[in-house]
Amino acid sequence: MHYLTDRKRAEGMGSAKSGTAHAWAMKVSSVGLLVLVPLFVFMVGSMLGRPHAEVVAYFARPFPAIVAALTIVVGFMHFKDGAQVLIEDYVHGLAQKVLIIGVICLSYAAAATGLFAIARIAL
Amino acid sequence: MAGATKSNRPLSPHLTIYRPQLTSITSILTRITGNALLVGSLLIVWWFLAAATSPEYFELADAVITSLIGDLIMAASVWALWYHLLAGVRHLIWDNAVGLDIPTAYKLGYAVIAGSFILTAVTLFAIQ
Repeated sequence: MHYLTDRKRAEGMGSAKSGTAHAWAMKVSSVGLLVLVPLFVFMVGSMLGRPHAEVVAYFARPFPAIVAALTIVVGFMHFKDGAQVLIEDYVHGLAQKVLIIGVICLSYAAAATGLFAIARIAL
Repeated sequence: MAGATKSNRPLSPHLTIYRPQLTSITSILTRITGNALLVGSLLIVWWFLAAATSPEYFELADAVITSLIGDLIMAASVWALWYHLLAGVRHLIWDNAVGLDIPTAYKLGYAVIAGSFILTAVTLFAIQ
């Protein structure tokens, strides 16, 4: 083993198999958001500042509820992946790991909160 | 593993030495807008949670989001959202190895900037 270079030892071992998974996940979520975001902006935008009863009645309807739930979940998963790349570029060492774990936890918490809220309104 | 040791080799020129270009500015703005959208997104999630909780709580969240500061954050978020979306489309185009030459990249950059402001104006007009 001592006579082998790093390259020689790595050769033939194959990739880690998930090297493109992160980039692909961001691409898929970005295409999904391309459809969801315009719908979401106009739905939520037109409801900001309206009376509570009207907002609840609107998001109890199937289409607004499904679009809002999907946008929040897919949006925060897209944020999770994007913010991780941002942290990886600028922060290193232990702080990097702490921040990435924090961003992932925050993203899931926000997605779950939004989903819970919309489920409670719609059901 | 070899190669992980630090050395005093000179580094290639980085950000500080280049004049800002349309391509570099539109690139970093994609990252800034995407991450800054966290603020508006959390406010909207809070707004939904308040709506699901009670009319009184909703009144508070809705008042915050439609206050002057809330309006500013939402308007800025709408622009950031359209900018990030259009810049993302540009990346989806680039991913096919299309439009990467400088003249096309500049045209796409101007289109992203102009489009983001036009769509923001349309949105704010439509939902006011």
